Amino acid sequence: MAAAPSASDSLAVDIRDLDVSFATDGGDVHAVRGVTLDVRRGEVLAIVGESGSGKTVTARTIIGLLPETARLGGAVMLDGTNVVQLDKKGLRELRGTKAAMIFQEPSTALNPVFTVGWQLAEGLRAHGKYTKAQAKKHAIEMLRRVGIPDPEQRVDYYPHQFSGGQKQRIVIATALALDPTLIIADEPTTALDVTVQAEILELLRRLRDEDGTAIVLITHNMGVVADLADRVAVMLEGEIVETATAIELFSSPQHEYTKKLLAAVPRLEISDRQLPAGAAEAEPIVVARDLVIEYPGRFRRPGFRAVDRVSFTIKPGEVLGLVGESGSGKTTIGRAIAGLTPVADGSLRVLGTEMLGVKERDFKRQRNELGFVFQDPATSFNPLLTIAQNVAEPLIVHTDVRDAAAARPKVDELLEAVQLPKVFGDRFPHELSGGQRQRASLARALALDPKLLIADEPTSALDVSVQARVLELFRELQEQFGFATLFITHDLAVVDLLAHTIVVLHNGEIAETGTTAKVLGNPQDPYTKRLIASLPVPDPIEQAARRATWNATRED
Amino acid sequence: MAASDKTTSASTKPRLLDRLPVLHQLRQSVGLQRGMLVFGLVLTGFFLLLAIFAPWLAPYGYDQLRGPDGLFGAQQPPSPEHLLGTTVGGYDVLSRTIWGAQTALLVIIVALILSVFIGILLGLISGYLGGWLDRVLVVIADAIYAFPSLLLAIVAAIAISGGQSGLWPGVMAAAISITVVFIPQYFRVVRSEVVRIKAEAFVESAKVIGASTWRIMFVHVLRNSTRSLPLIVTLNASEAISILAALGFLGFGINPTAAAEWGYDLKESIGDVSAGIWWTAIPPGVAIVLAILGMTLIGEGLNDLADPRLRARRRAGKQTPADAVAASQPVTREFMGEVE
Repeated sequence: MAAAPSASDSLAVDIRDLDVSFATDGGDVHAVRGVTLDVRRGEVLAIVGESGSGKTVTARTIIGLLPETARLGGAVMLDGTNVVQLDKKGLRELRGTKAAMIFQEPSTALNPVFTVGWQLAEGLRAHGKYTKAQAKKHAIEMLRRVGIPDPEQRVDYYPHQFSGGQKQRIVIATALALDPTLIIADEPTTALDVTVQAEILELLRRLRDEDGTAIVLITHNMGVVADLADRVAVMLEGEIVETATAIELFSSPQHEYTKKLLAAVPRLEISDRQLPAGAAEAEPIVVARDLVIEYPGRFRRPGFRAVDRVSFTIKPGEVLGLVGESGSGKTTIGRAIAGLTPVADGSLRVLGTEMLGVKERDFKRQRNELGFVFQDPATSFNPLLTIAQNVAEPLIVHTDVRDAAAARPKVDELLEAVQLPKVFGDRFPHELSGGQRQRASLARALALDPKLLIADEPTSALDVSVQARVLELFRELQEQFGFATLFITHDLAVVDLLAHTIVVLHNGEIAETGTTAKVLGNPQDPYTKRLIASLPVPDPIEQAARRATWNATRED
Repeated sequence: MAASDKTTSASTKPRLLDRLPVLHQLRQSVGLQRGMLVFGLVLTGFFLLLAIFAPWLAPYGYDQLRGPDGLFGAQQPPSPEHLLGTTVGGYDVLSRTIWGAQTALLVIIVALILSVFIGILLGLISGYLGGWLDRVLVVIADAIYAFPSLLLAIVAAIAISGGQSGLWPGVMAAAISITVVFIPQYFRVVRSEVVRIKAEAFVESAKVIGASTWRIMFVHVLRNSTRSLPLIVTLNASEAISILAALGFLGFGINPTAAAEWGYDLKESIGDVSAGIWWTAIPPGVAIVLAILGMTLIGEGLNDLADPRLRARRRAGKQTPADAVAASQPVTREFMGEVE
């Protein structure tokens, strides 16, 4: 099954028949069932699976980080100690020295009121006696190892003085402080931009190669798996369905679910899509000319300029992909078009209305021609109304329909259009899965047959296989109804599936714009090049080659 | 997929019994938390029964001084005719204690209705619209908070009724003075919830749709911001009883001829205590303590149960195959995600 281990390899973790169940209000939930796994020293084991598959619970069991409602069965041998039977004191001695954890969100994993040096030394103090000078020396050493420049000065900085990627490096440094046998990385790059993600993955790879640290990597991103993992375990509903080396898994997946998972991963294929006939000459729906959007500053300080002199147009039936990393201003532009954020300067014409200094009263008449799909399907529905009532809202507000009951025939039609069964209309939002909710959200946005749809990262909160279905549905609906779309995303592979044209934003300015084939196939701007090179592809061999290109762009 | 759809759609509408605020929590609770909640419910239920059926339960009227055999007489010890004796004013102690429950209940109901509606409305408007109105209302609420609540209640009682009055003016005076103290509490709780909800995506989505401000406020924001109110209502109900008793004790309450009131009876019994007469002070005192205790226990119980981290649960037991199937159903998992 796996590559033959050499004699010097010994097991860092050996999990046998692990069972974990939780007591909840809805009865017991059996989160992990009969999981058997092992991780060797100097090996990266990736656990992949969709949300709720038990991958995080399995990994957290290794260092005993489960809530008190959990009940464990089976054995977890960490470097020769059975973790399941340890008491609190035993677990505390184990944490940090034998196993450490890297969390998903670096900005919440660090305490904002202490310097990073103090936080690095905290782990040392918990496991032995160090003088202040020794601890500081050690902390500086750790920071240097994870590639923080000027560690002698920056050891006294506070977390907010570092960028997101640097914070994640510091979290990794705290995990490394006591040279643990095993590091558990729970979605270590999910909260980070792609260009930063590539650097963090590079750092983790170096740790494995130089120190022989075993790493358990939990992720849902197959590109990350292809980039870093030696072996992969695929989890489905609390069970492991397949374990194989990364190369074997990607080239010849055995289990049905693994095949489905791999097929669902969007790949950069660089498609050339033509605008619908007649669209090129038609009057554009959105025209932005030197658009500037600012957030007011505090205490008479100048405001923060989120979008700086951006110009683009969206023609009827056109799908414009707005791509950029966090802080690039892409969501701000979408909100300005929907009238949620005021325009500071320049010109933004939406459906014939000038948005610079617009009054809500004047824009209200245009709102029936505008649909909006939000990023997080969990919060974009009123939790106390049923799906049918939520979808009926635009009909009640803009047409002569009086209440949700009268709108029901039309709502049923809409739910059918987004491939949801009619009975789902009577459910409450929390009773739907993420993908179903996002489809209902699409139904609500399309209720009034809008000319323009704004989709703000509509699939980034969804699992890959669900994302693929939602994107497919989106494309069908777009072809059927012919609405123009502003598709905001950070994922280049997703725009590649949908967009006619792409605008790449970098720090509030346009880095590059053009047709999808031109921008992705032949990028001119160095930032676009780096963005494309940072995107990990779900194929270990191809990814190794891409890594070399990426290293080349980094040195530019 | 199709099979699981059928099983889950049956569970979409829970029975009315399970959705009622207090009963729902009672079903959730286990162990000590359940015991406290049940004890609180029993005490409060007993209090409600006394209040509602006072005319039939009490042997005499609250202002009755004479029976068929003439006057009751003052400070009579307990006897078959007067199970708990009579007061210095010649009233039957047991009857006045039972009738006192009715007065207390009336005050609680009037005070809560007034303060809940005004507090929620102000909180909603202040939180959602913001601006100068919000700032002014918050300052006023803070200023009211700064006053000792009893002092405020006394001032309100004097202003409203001149201190002494009959049943309804007395009840209204006590209720309104309590209302003045409570409105800021509801106002702040609702306002902070509204400010939080206002930033949620579903409110923005209603804005994008073009719904009017009033529609957003009452359809989308209001119903989502009243979650913690049942808890405050129970805690405030117990506080209302203690304020009413304190007002009566200080002489700003209701005349004995207008209604029975525990605080007034306590005041009248001060002299008896040193004279060795126990039966006039203890019954109204115990009534106050038990009524407040019952409601506080309900309130605290709800508070613990509302927080998933404080809520005790049965330990996960041995698994049966049926449990394992249930655990893999999407609805169960959604539910788990919801509480965590």
